[in-house]
Amino acid sequence: MGTFIAIVLAAVLTNNFITVKTYGVCPFLGVSKKTSSAVGMGIAVTVVMVLATLVTYPIYTYVMVPLGIDFLEIIFFIFIIASLVQMLEKIIQKLSPSLYGAMGIYLPLITTNCAVLGVTELVIGDMSSILGAGATMNIGWAVLYALFAGLGFTLVMIIMSGMREKLNYYKTPKALAGFPTAMVTACFICMAFTVFSYIS
Amino acid sequence: MNKYKKITLDGLLFQNPTFMLVLGTCPTLGLISSAFSSMGMGLTVLVILTLSNMIISALRKVIPNAVRIPCYIVIIATLVTFARMFLDKFVPDLYESLGGFLALIVVNCIILGRAEAFANKNGVLESAVDGIANGLGFTVALTLMGVICEFFGNGSLFGLQIMEFKIGMLATPAGAFLIYGISIAVFVYIMDNFERARRVKANKLARENLLKEAA
Repeated sequence: MGTFIAIVLAAVLTNNFITVKTYGVCPFLGVSKKTSSAVGMGIAVTVVMVLATLVTYPIYTYVMVPLGIDFLEIIFFIFIIASLVQMLEKIIQKLSPSLYGAMGIYLPLITTNCAVLGVTELVIGDMSSILGAGATMNIGWAVLYALFAGLGFTLVMIIMSGMREKLNYYKTPKALAGFPTAMVTACFICMAFTVFSYIS
Repeated sequence: MNKYKKITLDGLLFQNPTFMLVLGTCPTLGLISSAFSSMGMGLTVLVILTLSNMIISALRKVIPNAVRIPCYIVIIATLVTFARMFLDKFVPDLYESLGGFLALIVVNCIILGRAEAFANKNGVLESAVDGIANGLGFTVALTLMGVICEFFGNGSLFGLQIMEFKIGMLATPAGAFLIYGISIAVFVYIMDNFERARRVKANKLARENLLKEAA
């Protein structure tokens, strides 16, 4: 139970992917103009992160490490993620055209999202500071971490999109319009999230 | 020669990947709290970008159009794997400080973007120049912001302690976002003024020519 709470808190608040690790900032800045698209992107990223971890973690632990080809992890992982995204796109298109209409445009972008490759690389690395003493990494914790990291990503996306929707009503100087304003907004969100780093 | 000058200027200034196109933001924001790691990141990307541009450009007639993106990703992932081994063996300090962002060079939009926008249409030499120009644009931008963040956030430069005074916030991701945003604004402002001055000069020249013709 302790490990469960530690993982959830670390993934959503203290080690949030955007505000602390700065993974997946491209969609965070690019697709956060409207709340509806931010939610769609966040859910799409969460789904892909969970599925990617579910596939890459066993392949790494049970195939690549025993065979001694763990140095090829980047090539393997990026291929698994790319094919997974393609497959997911086709499945959603066939099963639920309405969901495809809402989520479909975000899926191809996810292949080159650092958050997905980042989480698959993180869970095979050293996670002892998050897991706590006595617990070792296994597929369950890995998938849980991916799920809550994705939810943390979605949370920050939603906060950011709400702030940007408000900011649309104000005039900004020409040089500051667009990315600079978005980044200063993100700076404030990050500062707010620093508070959570005191949880330990 | 003019062609190479244009490619270089585009990569360094007019289409600077960090400030004008805002690509490759994750490593930028994650590493500019230290000048050493941001410069190391920039140089690593410079080397990988140049090599990947050259390889993709050399193979552009062989790679089928329909599966070009997976092919590019394999080439880039292989280069990143090499870079990772190289840094681990020869520059372990840099390997430690880059951390997870070293593997994430694979999904850096700058490299795939240059492959898609430039290398698959142009010759090997042009692509190499383009890779070096864009990589330098990225490196200079990152080092500049890294120096600012480290100096004010930690009171040091490249690990060398200079002053006691520090604003701790600037060494965190929040400060990175702030410095990056302000840097983009300043860069865009300067480039806008530069463009305007150039346009005014061109207009003046055109008017003088017209007047001369009329006379």
